[in-house]
Amino acid sequence: MIIKLTGGMVYDPANNVNGKALDIYIKNDRIVSKQEVTQVDQEIDLRGKIVMAGAIDIHTHVGGGKNNIARILLPEDHRSDPVAATELTRSGTGRALPSSYVTGYRYAEMGYTSVFEPAVLPVNARQAHMEMGDIPILDKGGYVLMGSDDYFLQMMTAKKDQQAINDYVAWTLNATKGIGVKVVNPGGINAFKFNQRQLDLDENNQFYNVTPRDILSVLAIAVKELGISHPLHVHGCNLGVPGNKDTTLSTIEGIGGLSMHLTHIQFHSYGVEGDFKFSSGATEIAEAINKNKNITVDVGQVMFGQTITASGDSMKQHANHKHASPNKWVCMDIECDAGCGLVPFKYRDQNFVNALQWAIGLETFLLVEDPWRIFLTTDHPNGAPFTSYPHLIRLLMDRSFRNDMLKTIHPEAQKMTTLDTIDREYSLQEIAIMTRAGAAKLVGLENRGHLGVGAWADITVYTPDDNREKMFEKPDYVFKDGELVVRDGEIVHIKWGTTHIVTPEFDSGIEKDLAKYFSRHMTMKMGNFKISNDEITEDGRNTLTVQPTQRGIL
Amino acid sequence: MTTKTEVPSPFCGIGTDDLVLNVDGKSINVLANGCAINTPAFEQAIGDIVPRVNGKEVAIEDAVAQAADILKTSHQTLIGGCATDVNGMRALVSLADHNGAVVDNIAFNTTRRNILALQDSGWMTTTLAEVKNRCDLLVVIGTDLEEVSPRFFEHFIWNESPMFLEAGAQCKVIYLGKEPSGQSAVSPAGVRPQVLPCADEDLPEVVAVLRALVKGNNISHYEVDGLALTDLQALAGQLKGAVYGVVTWSAGSLDFPHAELTVQVICELVKDLNGKTRCSGLPLGGSDGDQTANQVTAWLTGYPARLSFAKGFPEYDPYLYDGQLLLENKEVDALLWVHDFNSKALPPEGVVPTIVIGRSGMHFEKEPAVFIPVGTPGIDHCGHAFRMDGIVAIRLQKLRESGLPSTAEVLTLIDQAL
Ligand SMILES: [Zn+2]
Repeated sequence: MIIKLTGGMVYDPANNVNGKALDIYIKNDRIVSKQEVTQVDQEIDLRGKIVMAGAIDIHTHVGGGKNNIARILLPEDHRSDPVAATELTRSGTGRALPSSYVTGYRYAEMGYTSVFEPAVLPVNARQAHMEMGDIPILDKGGYVLMGSDDYFLQMMTAKKDQQAINDYVAWTLNATKGIGVKVVNPGGINAFKFNQRQLDLDENNQFYNVTPRDILSVLAIAVKELGISHPLHVHGCNLGVPGNKDTTLSTIEGIGGLSMHLTHIQFHSYGVEGDFKFSSGATEIAEAINKNKNITVDVGQVMFGQTITASGDSMKQHANHKHASPNKWVCMDIECDAGCGLVPFKYRDQNFVNALQWAIGLETFLLVEDPWRIFLTTDHPNGAPFTSYPHLIRLLMDRSFRNDMLKTIHPEAQKMTTLDTIDREYSLQEIAIMTRAGAAKLVGLENRGHLGVGAWADITVYTPDDNREKMFEKPDYVFKDGELVVRDGEIVHIKWGTTHIVTPEFDSGIEKDLAKYFSRHMTMKMGNFKISNDEITEDGRNTLTVQPTQRGIL
Repeated sequence: MTTKTEVPSPFCGIGTDDLVLNVDGKSINVLANGCAINTPAFEQAIGDIVPRVNGKEVAIEDAVAQAADILKTSHQTLIGGCATDVNGMRALVSLADHNGAVVDNIAFNTTRRNILALQDSGWMTTTLAEVKNRCDLLVVIGTDLEEVSPRFFEHFIWNESPMFLEAGAQCKVIYLGKEPSGQSAVSPAGVRPQVLPCADEDLPEVVAVLRALVKGNNISHYEVDGLALTDLQALAGQLKGAVYGVVTWSAGSLDFPHAELTVQVICELVKDLNGKTRCSGLPLGGSDGDQTANQVTAWLTGYPARLSFAKGFPEYDPYLYDGQLLLENKEVDALLWVHDFNSKALPPEGVVPTIVIGRSGMHFEKEPAVFIPVGTPGIDHCGHAFRMDGIVAIRLQKLRESGLPSTAEVLTLIDQAL
C-alpha cells in the first residue's frame, strides 16, 4: 500500500524542514522516498494543511497501580464523562484519569501516537504493561522507578562500586521492560517508611545514611555508562514546597554535567517572596536550564479544574493530603520497592497559589530558550488531564490570548508573575520540536518523531487556524505506522502500537545474590518477578521494540 | 512425570509462589508448601471436558452458538461470578460492552465494604513485603486470619530475617474481635497472640472507641462483654508506640450490617496514627480473582467490578447492580456465570436461562442451558492474577495439557458470535 500525501506544509525539525510544501510517500508502515515508489494507491491532497510527525508525550501517567487506585477513588469524576461504545470503539469513561481505551482514542484524536508512563514501579511493572496493553493505537513505554528500593539502598550503604549498580539498573530494566530510569524524591519514599517526613538534597535517609544527591549521581552515571538514551528522569526533592527552587538549582549544579531530565519542573520552581511567602522561581530556574546544556525538563503545567494528583512520592503526597479536594486520599507503601500517593485536587484560578502555579509553568515554557530541551506536559493527571494540551498550546502560541487569561486569575498572583512582560510566542516549528522531534530524541526512539525517509509513518495533519486550540484539538488526519486511524478528529480505524524498551547488558552473576534477596525478603521469587516477553506479546496485538543503547558512545 | 517448583497460586490471595508440585499427565500432587486452600484447588481432578446444551453433550461450536443465541435474545444479561484471570476479565468486559450486560463480581458484596470506605475517605495501606520486613505490631480486627489465609503468619510474620526488625523480638500480634482458630499466630518462640475478644456486633462501637482513644479524646467509661476500656487504652498506646504498625481485616469476615462504616473507622484510625508514627491498613482478600476483577474493570471502565453497560457506556453502582438482587427482582432475563477457579462456586438458581463458563468438575442441581467447562488459570493455561494488595500481579503458569479452553477463549468466541 502506497499513500501519497501531497503538498502539505511540513514542519519536520529533525530534518530541518520548517514549513515547506512537500510530498510525503508512505509505503506500508514507513515513509519512503519518491524514487522507491512506482505507483500510488491513494493520494491525499494536503495543500493548505499543516503536517507534522505524530506527537509523543514523554511523561503521562497512563498505566500502573496508582492510576487504578485513582480511578476507583473517583467514580463521581468518571460519571461526569461517560464514553459510549461505537461500531468501532469500546466504551469507557474520561475526565481526570480516563479508562485505557478512552486514553488511546483521545490521545490519537489529538494527533498523538506515543505515550510514556513515567513511574513504573518494578514490582508493579506487570500491571503497568497490562494496562498499557489495553491502550489502543498508541506506542507506549515506561520509565522504571528506582532509588527508594531497599536492595538499591543497601548497595549504596555498602558502598558497592558503580559497576555493581550498573548491573542492578540494567537487570531491573530488563526484568521490568522499561525504556528509561526514573527516580522520585530520591530515597525519600523509602525514608517515609522509616517515618522520616522530610528529605532535602543533602540530608541523609536516616536509616541508610545516603543522601538524595548521592542517589542521583550514582543513577545518572549508571544511565550514562549503560548507554541508555533517555537521561535519568528525576522527580526531585521537596515537591511543591515553597522555596524548593533552591533545591532544584542545587540539583542542577550538583549533577556535574551528567545528562538529567527534571520532570514537572513547575512543581519545583517555587520561591518564598511576597505576602503569601510563595513566589515564582521560574526566572532563575530557566536561567540555570539555559546555561546547563545537560539538563532537559518537562513543565507539568497546571490548568484550572478538578483533577487528581497521582505520584510515587508518598512522603510529599502524605504531607499534601490536607489539600485533598474532594477530601479523600490514599497513601501506600509498596513492597520494599517504592510507594504512591493519590490526592484529588481542584486547581482554582481564584486561589493565589494555584493561579501562580499556572503562571510559573507558562513563565518556564517561555523563558527556557531551547525547545529541544523543554517538553510539553501537564504531568497528566497531576497538573491537568492530557486533554488540555490544545489549550496549553494556544497559551504558548498566542500572546494576546495568554494575557487575556492572565487578567482573569487571582489579582495577587497577577502581580507576582512576569508573564505579561514576556513577548515570546511559540512557533509551529517549536511546537513540533517539543512534542515530536525533541521528544523522540529524549526518549531514544529510532525513526520516530520525524518525517524523513525511513521514519515510521506516524503523521498528523492539521488545518491551520489562528485559534491554535481549535487547530490542535482536531487533526484532519492521523496515521499510525502508515494506517489512517483518525479522520476529522474521530477514530476511523483501530490498530495496536508497540511497547518500546531497552535491554542493556549486565553481568548475570548478580542474579545469584538477587535470587537470595527475593527468597529471603521479598514475597515473590526472582523468577516470578521477571516479566517474560510473551507476557506482553501473547495476546497477538502487542509487540516489543528494542531501542538501541549507545554503549561506548560516551 | 515432572516436578515443578516455585509455582504461583491464584487461589489463596497472597500470591504464594513457593509451591512444589508433581505433574503426572493430568494429575497434580502438591509435594511441598501446600495449605488448606491451595492443595485441594491444585489437586482437584479434571471433571467434564465436553460442553453441554440442556444436559446433552455437544461440540464447543454448538455450545457457543447456543450461548450467543441466549444472549442475543436477552433484553438484559447479567454476567455473574466474574472469577477468572486478567485475560478472562478482558474478554468478559468486551462481551459485556457489546451485549449491554451487567457485570457483577461474586465477592463484590464483601469487597464493597472496603470500596465504599475507600471511595468516601481514602486510606493508607501497605503490601505484604513491607509487612514481612517492617511490621512490629500486627492488629487483626474481626478476622480469623489463618482461616482466611492459612500461611499468612508463616510467610509474612514469623520470618527468620526481616530486614528492619531485631531478629527474635519481631512482631507483636493482637486480635481484636474474633479469636484465632489455630496455632499459626503463635510465634516460633511460643509467644501467644494477645486476644481482645468481642462479638462481631460490638465491633463497630469498639473500633470507634479505639479511634477516639488514638485521637486522644477523653472517654471516661466504656465496657462491652469481654473487653474493658483499659484494654482499648492499652491497644491505642501500643498502636501509637509501634514503629510500623499494621492493622488488618478481611472484609468478608466483617459480616454485619454497614460494615463499611467500621472499615472506614479503621482506615481513619490508621490515618490518625500517621500524624506521628507509621501505621498502615492491610485489607485482605484477593482469592479466586476478586482483586483481578476489580483491577481489570478499573482500567477498562474506570470502575470496580459491579457495573452496567446497559446504556452503551459503563455505569457503576455498588447497590443497584447487585446480581443476586437483579435475579430476585427479575430485572435480568439471562445469566452468564463465569468461575474458572472453584468448581463448587455454582450460579444462583433462578428461572432465567443460564450459561455457565465454569471450572471443569462443576455439578449442578439444576442443569444450566449451556455449560462450557474451562481450564483453570495457573493450572491449564498461563495467565495473570492480582494478589490481595492489588499492586502485585502474578504470572500464572500452564502446568499440564488438559485440552480445556480458557475462559478468555470461550468468551471471545461467544463475543464474536454475537
Ligand atoms: Zn509524573
